[in-house]
Amino acid sequence: MNFTASKQPENCLLGPESDSQRTLYPYVTGTSVVALKYKDGILMAADMGGSYGSTLRYKNVERMKPIGKHSLLGASGEISDFQEILRYLDDLILYDNMWDDGNSLGPKEVHNYLTRVMYNRRNKFNPLWNSLVLGGVKKGEKYLGTVSMIGVNFEDNHVATGFGNHLARPILRQDWHENLSFEDGVKLLEKCMRVLLYRDRSAINKLQIAKITEEGVTISQPYSLKTYWEFSAFANPAQGAVGTW
Amino acid sequence: MFRNQYDTDVTTWSPAGRLFQVEYAMEAVKQGSAAIGLRSKTHIVLGCVNKANSELSSHQKKIFKVDDHIGVAIAGLTADGRVLSRYMRNECINYGFTYESPLPVGRLVVQLADKAQVCTQRSWKRPYGVGLLVAGLDESGAHLYYNCPSGNYFEYQAFAIGSRSQAAKTYLERKFENFTDASRDDLVKDALMAIRETLQGETLKSSVCTIAVVGVGEPFHILDQGTVQQMIDAFEIVGEQEGPDAAAGQEASAEPEQGAGAGAGEGVAPMDI
Repeated sequence: MNFTASKQPENCLLGPESDSQRTLYPYVTGTSVVALKYKDGILMAADMGGSYGSTLRYKNVERMKPIGKHSLLGASGEISDFQEILRYLDDLILYDNMWDDGNSLGPKEVHNYLTRVMYNRRNKFNPLWNSLVLGGVKKGEKYLGTVSMIGVNFEDNHVATGFGNHLARPILRQDWHENLSFEDGVKLLEKCMRVLLYRDRSAINKLQIAKITEEGVTISQPYSLKTYWEFSAFANPAQGAVGTW
Repeated sequence: MFRNQYDTDVTTWSPAGRLFQVEYAMEAVKQGSAAIGLRSKTHIVLGCVNKANSELSSHQKKIFKVDDHIGVAIAGLTADGRVLSRYMRNECINYGFTYESPLPVGRLVVQLADKAQVCTQRSWKRPYGVGLLVAGLDESGAHLYYNCPSGNYFEYQAFAIGSRSQAAKTYLERKFENFTDASRDDLVKDALMAIRETLQGETLKSSVCTIAVVGVGEPFHILDQGTVQQMIDAFEIVGEQEGPDAAAGQEASAEPEQGAGAGAGEGVAPMDI
């Protein structure tokens, strides 16, 4: 007997299910990516976890990769779809380099290309199950944008995916300002990642911070954040929370 | 030119290693009325001579805006030119939609050349009978290219194509070293003077020519007749104080009928303007 009830309603336009291969649910997923603009470029942080449902299965997943000379891509969501996107971008950058003509695709162009890809896949009901963060610097201009699996895209001074939107963005809205130094930017990102570590159950304490400037991309070695679990609120979390036990 | 047994279709080589059909296509470009282009580091100016069939008709459009940062002037079969302009506009729009960034003119020109090359290697096609002067901007600044029916393309500081373009080329060869750092207005003036060379005696007025400009911070646009006439008037006055160019100017204003008569007697084929 089939326990996964996948019956379509009578008026469904999706066609017969038997011969289609569309992404229905994600399997191995990465959690939040957080990024901000600072004085010299973009700083981006993501942990190295690949969850398999509620299991923290893979602990060495690089969720941020350099793209061409000018861009850095971070992804949350389905890891295999992220790898597919890297393949698309590999081809894109290759053909761009083959022109060999002094023109190159900058972060804005890569971001818009990804938006087109994500939106078109969503229209075919076969999404790439990712939320992407694309940052870069070209000719002194800093660029930071995000695209979701349904094709929603925008640019901002700081962006985040998944839980990062709820936990990290409020911190960034309060503490971010123009021309952050590198040290201040890293401190701010670590502040966000620490909150995510405490509160996001799919987060693991092994993260990388990536930096992109006019000179190029640097992705740090993985490291852990110091945590403190002796807060009194952690000791007795239910105290003061109405209706919980 | 010459009739021989190797010129029937484009896929036949001659024993000397020539494709006559392609060469004949380049002849069509030479029959079209003149188009010129010149560039500085930041601006490109395109100009062309507009000859209407009769006083009753309007003249054919020979300069096309392809995108805010690219424009093209054609000489030869204008119908072919129109079709290629539509292709260029399409490519620019698609690139702009996908990347939210202007298509670098150097890449568009290569795509155009590859398209022209296809027509030199299919027995059921013929080469495009139009030469294109493509003016555009990319990351490295202002560029001017010439695309041939043969599928070749070249980059130029200044160039002229079409009938009596040699006169314009001679003028441009004298002046081109100043173009890189010239101001936008000086560039337009040089374009008008080059066009005047191709008119060979006829008065230069804004009704016989079209000028278009594109530059860093200046989207491609065709200058309106009033502005062009003002610029002509401005340097015609100055021209009377300069040597040989002034002599041509004065002669032209004294004998306009002769100039027009010579033009009508050329016997240009209707599609070739």
